[in-house]
Amino acid sequence: MSVIQARGLRYRYPDGTQALDGINFHLDAGECVALLGANGSGKTTFVLHLNGLLDGEGSIEVCGMPVKKETLQRVRAKVGLVFQDSDEQLFMPTVLEDVAFGPANLGLSPQEAVARAHKALEQVGMSGAIHKAPYHLSSGEKRRVAIAGVLVMEPEVLVLDEPTTSLDPPGQRELTRLLRSLPQAKLLVTHDIQFAEALATRAVFFERGRVAGEGSVHDVVARFNWSSRGSE
Amino acid sequence: MHHVVVERWSRGSSPLHARDARAKLGALLAFLIAVATTPPVAQAAFAAYAALLAIAIGISRLPVRAVLRRAALVLPFSTTFAVITWWSGDSARALALAEKSFLSGLAALLLVATTPLTDLLRGLESVGVPRPLILVVQFLYRYLFVISEQAQHMRLAARCRQGLGRGSRFHAAAGALGVLFARSWERADGIYRAMLARGFSGRYPPIAPARFDARDAAFLCAAVAAAVAIRLGL
Repeated sequence: MSVIQARGLRYRYPDGTQALDGINFHLDAGECVALLGANGSGKTTFVLHLNGLLDGEGSIEVCGMPVKKETLQRVRAKVGLVFQDSDEQLFMPTVLEDVAFGPANLGLSPQEAVARAHKALEQVGMSGAIHKAPYHLSSGEKRRVAIAGVLVMEPEVLVLDEPTTSLDPPGQRELTRLLRSLPQAKLLVTHDIQFAEALATRAVFFERGRVAGEGSVHDVVARFNWSSRGSE
Repeated sequence: MHHVVVERWSRGSSPLHARDARAKLGALLAFLIAVATTPPVAQAAFAAYAALLAIAIGISRLPVRAVLRRAALVLPFSTTFAVITWWSGDSARALALAEKSFLSGLAALLLVATTPLTDLLRGLESVGVPRPLILVVQFLYRYLFVISEQAQHMRLAARCRQGLGRGSRFHAAAGALGVLFARSWERADGIYRAMLARGFSGRYPPIAPARFDARDAAFLCAAVAAAVAIRLGL
């Protein structure tokens, strides 16, 4: 069963840039897909559509629900978006309040929201930092808290935009372990081929706002010469 | 990574730290009104106010010299006016002006040094301060560090390429300020997007309301009674 289904998705920025030009994409329950492609190929624009943050032409369905104004709250509870810059995602004064922000928006009581935040922080191994301010955390810790902030909404899909950026190798290993332990379907927007190979069962390659090819990570990397050690 | 001293102090533990923010806000308000309305000639009252604050610092277990040094930051401003008043021949008022500003600054510092900003803002909100104002302060406090870190990185990058004359240095600083502004603008956009992605719909949900117990009430009553007693010269 598809948790995300996009058909003929097109989006043009106000400055005239055609960022998406007829994207067809699907993500099945429990699947992990890597989204590869050059900077400016439309990857981030595409993931912003999954949460209704951008509204292009064509159709997009999340867990069978069309993404439109009336379904936005439910769609945002289903798709957990982890942004590239954790500082933008962690905007509350303490870790616990930040993680509890999402469930409180879903209408849960403060006690329920805090209980769920505790559970999510335990899941990512950050229970010891609940009263810390986000600027007292390392990059890896911030990323974990950002993931807890979306896990707490109990989403069906996790979308991570460049999750390994600014993480040191142990931080990357920890993140890989953490993501592997999570049962949700995952969409990884990344330039990190090693990371994609460790987690994703399928890769989709974006080029100028279109899907240029898909297959196993290994095949896609070879076909598009997408490795930093590729031929020059 | 930045560690603001006052913020670190506010996360300490002492009987004063444990009091509810609203009790401390009420006590501060009473103290400020008492100090502000005390006649300039009542020097004994100012000594008593100072003694009251000394007791509060003792209870809070904060480093005395560091607290006094920070509270003295108000003096350059108030002494300017005190000197003008002294020149005009009113030395008692001049002295009282400096004393009042220092005591008020010290009392306000004690509040923020014993109350984490989150609790303080929650306390302010529950006594009726408009939520948009609270949000602005909260976001400013959260991102001030991120922006100042960015500014430091830019300054470092500029210094790595030094050799600029005084004029071009000014030019570079102006450019950096512009870039910083543009980046802050972009960041604000990103933060708003992240908020929407987590279900934000314009209403800011309250989380874990604070409790006001009998000890908080006792503290507030004692602080207000002490300030009033000194003010009335009892």
